[in-house]
Amino acid sequence: MTSSIATPSHAPPPTRARSRQRIPAGLLVAPSVIALVLWMVVPLAMAIWFAFQRYNLLLPENREFIGFENFTYILTDPALWVSIGITLVLVVSVLVITIGLGTLLAVLFNQEFFGRGVARVLAISPFFVMPTVSALIWKNMLMHPVNGLIAQITRGLGLGAIDWFADVPLIAIIIIVSWEWLPFALLILLTAIQSLDADQMEAARMDGANSVALFRFVVLPHLSRAIAVVAMIETIFFLTIFAEIFVTTGGGPGLATTNLAYYIYLKALLEFDVGGASAGGLIAVVLANIVAIFLMRSVARNLDT
Amino acid sequence: MARNPSHQWWITLLGWLVACILFFPIFWMFVTSFKTEVAAVATPPQLFFQPTFENYVAVQQRASYFNFAWNSVVISLGATILALLLAIPAAYAMSFFPTRRTKGTLLWMLSTKMLPAVGVLVPIYILARETGLLDTRIGLIIIYTLINLPIVVWMIYSFFKEVPKEILEADRMDGASTYQELRHVLLPLALPGIASTALLSIILSWNEAFWSLNLTTFDAAPLTAFIASFSSPQGLFWAKLSAASTMAIAPILIFGWLSQRQLVRGLTFGAVK
Repeated sequence: MTSSIATPSHAPPPTRARSRQRIPAGLLVAPSVIALVLWMVVPLAMAIWFAFQRYNLLLPENREFIGFENFTYILTDPALWVSIGITLVLVVSVLVITIGLGTLLAVLFNQEFFGRGVARVLAISPFFVMPTVSALIWKNMLMHPVNGLIAQITRGLGLGAIDWFADVPLIAIIIIVSWEWLPFALLILLTAIQSLDADQMEAARMDGANSVALFRFVVLPHLSRAIAVVAMIETIFFLTIFAEIFVTTGGGPGLATTNLAYYIYLKALLEFDVGGASAGGLIAVVLANIVAIFLMRSVARNLDT
Repeated sequence: MARNPSHQWWITLLGWLVACILFFPIFWMFVTSFKTEVAAVATPPQLFFQPTFENYVAVQQRASYFNFAWNSVVISLGATILALLLAIPAAYAMSFFPTRRTKGTLLWMLSTKMLPAVGVLVPIYILARETGLLDTRIGLIIIYTLINLPIVVWMIYSFFKEVPKEILEADRMDGASTYQELRHVLLPLALPGIASTALLSIILSWNEAFWSLNLTTFDAAPLTAFIASFSSPQGLFWAKLSAASTMAIAPILIFGWLSQRQLVRGLTFGAVK
């Protein structure tokens, strides 16, 4: 390893200067890479290690290797499958809502209108609200069955009131998470729409395409990659929705809003079952990786542009 | 584009209607924070009332509010600074001295974001406990740094890419060291980009609510955890909750408005332009 960086006095030819610079370049990248390797490998190795042990923090002396017992125990726990089902329902419904509405709103906010800049800033604001705050605003001030604004309005209209978190808890969570993430989809899709070639739009219009055809055959294909990126980034986050459930329903009533993340949290920090929680965590990792493979592909394709 | 006026009128109406609906919960929280507790739960809901600052005073008087707020500030800034210190040299090397492995390294960094937090909750919890980092600001700073590092590297990388290579090469010919080149040439040129990267990192750290809820109890608990503590009693402290929430989100909301453009680049890793 040659030591220092190119010195000024005997200016070497450019090619040699580059080859001399390359060694420090590697060293500059090293800290980030090492930090991330440790961050990725150490906990994952520990999770695998724990997953094969009987290990409860309340009974540490009973710790022993038990092979696949944690996995068989977890995989035969009906609550796990309920939680995976709820996770999927949550992910899919919020994806459909945010991307469907997000696409329509992106088209809307791409139009010129009075005060568009301000309106857009207002519309994307929910994304910057911390999850615990948004969950509590919705739970107390909007969805509360007695004093909540929605209940007051529906009662005022003579429709009675819904006790959101008792009667339709999962729908309540879906509404809250959708409200938080619709602005994200809107923001990304709007950026993508703005890169649409105006000439192409004009040409299609000249050819007699109406707005619906224009949307269907010009805008939507143009947005397909952005939609894929939004879907996959959102999926990564939605697989581990936590705070919104933590401060509203606590996973209940019963298991009605216990997703995989909350199930593992219950196992780990309430039952102190390190082995079982680790096995559950690994299942979550596998689920996320299936999604991640697709995301990596779509980003890799775009890296050189 | 020529449009007939009534069409234009509908677009304007619809655009504002959507914006107001989406913003309404935040607006309502803000309004409620100036009500008395009685007025906050009044039937029918009041839009016009005698505003009071008593909730803000009450939240301030709970001395602990400042601890939580201070924790949020220290953790967000600490994690952001640490991530920048790690990311700037890496992004510099990767954008100006790319090798065959650079693309792979960038993608691999991104892939670490795909590891769901809950999958490593137990190991991280145990590691934090064993090392005494449980419920400490340092512990959360380290975790947030690692969570945000891929995004920060990617964003700074893309900003550095926009700096013309010739400027740096000319400087290098004049005998600048790597440090001088970075400090005196590159950083001033890329400062707006680095600022918006820092902003995004602060926003993400400020709002993070998985690790902060699971790894802190009191000493290092940031505002996300403080607000969550309002959930336990079915409490009719809506006005105080609103005041605390308003103070918790106001700075970040303003940051978010300022950095919305860069946010797209950071959050999609440059895959959407």
